[in-house]
Amino acid sequence: MSRPPRNAVQLPSGGRTVAPPGTEAIALPRGESVADKKTSLFQLLLKDRFATVAAVVLVLVGLTAVFGPTLMGDLSTRQDLGATNRPPFSFSDGWAFILGSDSLGRSMLARLVVATQTTLSVALPAVAISLVLGSLWGVWAGYHRGWRETVSMRIADVIMSFPSLLLAVVILYVFSPSAANIVLILAVTRIPIYLRTARAESAELQSRTFVDAARTFGTKPNAIIRRHVIPVVLPTLLTLATIEFCYVMLAESSLSFLGIGIQPPDVSWGLMVAQGRQYLQTAWWLSFFPGLAIMVTTVAANVLAAWLRIATDPAQRWRLTLPRKRLLVRLPVKEVL
Amino acid sequence: MLTFLRRRIVSSALPLLVVVLGVFALARLTGNPASLYLPLNATAEMRANFTAKYGFDDPLLVQMAHYFGGVLRLDFGESLRTGEPAAAMALRAFPATLQLAGTTMLLAVVLAVIVGCWAALKPNGVADRISSFVSMAAASVPDFWLAIMGILVFAITLGWVPTSGVGGATSWILPIATLLLRPFGVLVQIVRGAMVSSLSEPYIKLARSKGASEFRVVTRHALRNAAAPALTVAGDLTVSLVNGAVVVESIFGWPGIGKLMIDSILQRDFAVLQAAVLLTAVSIFILNILIDLGYAGLDARVRPAGRRKKSSRAASVVVAEPKERKIHVQTTP
Repeated sequence: MSRPPRNAVQLPSGGRTVAPPGTEAIALPRGESVADKKTSLFQLLLKDRFATVAAVVLVLVGLTAVFGPTLMGDLSTRQDLGATNRPPFSFSDGWAFILGSDSLGRSMLARLVVATQTTLSVALPAVAISLVLGSLWGVWAGYHRGWRETVSMRIADVIMSFPSLLLAVVILYVFSPSAANIVLILAVTRIPIYLRTARAESAELQSRTFVDAARTFGTKPNAIIRRHVIPVVLPTLLTLATIEFCYVMLAESSLSFLGIGIQPPDVSWGLMVAQGRQYLQTAWWLSFFPGLAIMVTTVAANVLAAWLRIATDPAQRWRLTLPRKRLLVRLPVKEVL
Repeated sequence: MLTFLRRRIVSSALPLLVVVLGVFALARLTGNPASLYLPLNATAEMRANFTAKYGFDDPLLVQMAHYFGGVLRLDFGESLRTGEPAAAMALRAFPATLQLAGTTMLLAVVLAVIVGCWAALKPNGVADRISSFVSMAAASVPDFWLAIMGILVFAITLGWVPTSGVGGATSWILPIATLLLRPFGVLVQIVRGAMVSSLSEPYIKLARSKGASEFRVVTRHALRNAAAPALTVAGDLTVSLVNGAVVVESIFGWPGIGKLMIDSILQRDFAVLQAAVLLTAVSIFILNILIDLGYAGLDARVRPAGRRKKSSRAASVVVAEPKERKIHVQTTP
């Protein structure tokens, strides 16, 4: 197997080749000996230092979110008015106060850990909901084209241009300001992203020969979407979801910061930054560390997304199997945006 | 060109209308302003008077008809807070946002093009790796956090710039720097990607073999072809800035449209909110059309049929759904 497989179709727009589903195709540059095509994603990941670090960070954040609150939940609410606004990086109050304490003498470290769970439990469901709904809707709209496509795109336009802040305030006033409602707002406002992407990809795919073939055999539209369209679109959408995770996390933080997101006594990273704002002159660490946590998580997710984009693209995956030095020579050949 | 514009206007006007109607209805869901504007011990009669005066007790459809009847006569209602005409308040706040957004985007685009080109010259080289990490970090910083840290370091500790408000030139530095980072980070990645693929095209080889200088190759041949995706993303980023950099504006006390919007939402100042939403929606609508025109200027294939005789299939698809190009870029920034 060398070069793109024969039945892979060259797109007119990009230079990307998309292999039909089912053919585990790895496009190789000419003359390149076939790299082990059974290389699993995990092995590929270990080869890329940056991506490995990013994945480790994300796993750590995930573990913190799962187990942290049970370990440090009590500590995060224990107040000590005798030890308020303690500066960070001093062991005089014990390891729990390594990141200092807040205005009520609560441990910053414990609060950060508890906030991790809140932050993730808003961001992850929101991303999952909008990914599933938006993708299915988009694939359906793109496959059928015609009025279904037009109507869907107009709906997407409406949602995109709607001020999401207003939506958040309405939900906050009309319903209770719970985490579930924030998830709902974030999910609804991000659906158009997946909708547009999935529609574009699926509209392109539905004119391909392998979809035509399936149609000729009398396969029902839903079955074609399930068997032939979704597997091809999925990698793109999953990568998009990783980037969206960052966006949603930042959006939740912004909402919480403005006072229309997570409400006290619950605590999220964005809320912690907001709460620390009034002590800015006396206790900078109250705002600094939660913001840093947001940033580190976001950067890690972004790095991983960049890696995923290449790793899940059959036409580009070979790049990751090459040693770094040769990559430098190889890359300028034809980088796909 | 006119057909293209007309189609674009018709297809974008409907979402615009739905958004304005939706804002109208949703704002009224947040509750009766009477409880916010009257004293706590207001009698039921006072409440009823207040509600009736502003017509909040009418059915929603009647209120809508009343309001949009006024809009047609350019009467956008009055602010509940100040009694000032809502349109005047929105128009006063808008230039502040536009100045901020315009300066930010200009700087972001110029810096991103320079850094992106520099990184793309040697893919995977040292410059590329540094710039890709920096841009990724820049795109990931939460803006409210950056704003607060900026105030802490440059306003409080060093005292170089004021903490908030609009004063001399120094008061612009922090808001712009805060807003700049994210568009810059996103754009560098886009420009770099587009430049790398553009530099590997045969026409670059041709330009080099003609003896064109490296500077000319990069600026005239590669950059022009790489500009389209950057234009799309820059457009989207500008839209989000014009839509009100709510957080940054409220932290820095910048009297822009974002701050006006969040204030009027929280105060249930419906007329002002609607005027602000209407104004931003219309300007974003105009901005989108300008972006599409920019495309047509950049890329002959997007230019609609009529002016150019030849219209390939690919071109007609793009014209019918201009968003399609944008999506490609969004998925692979």
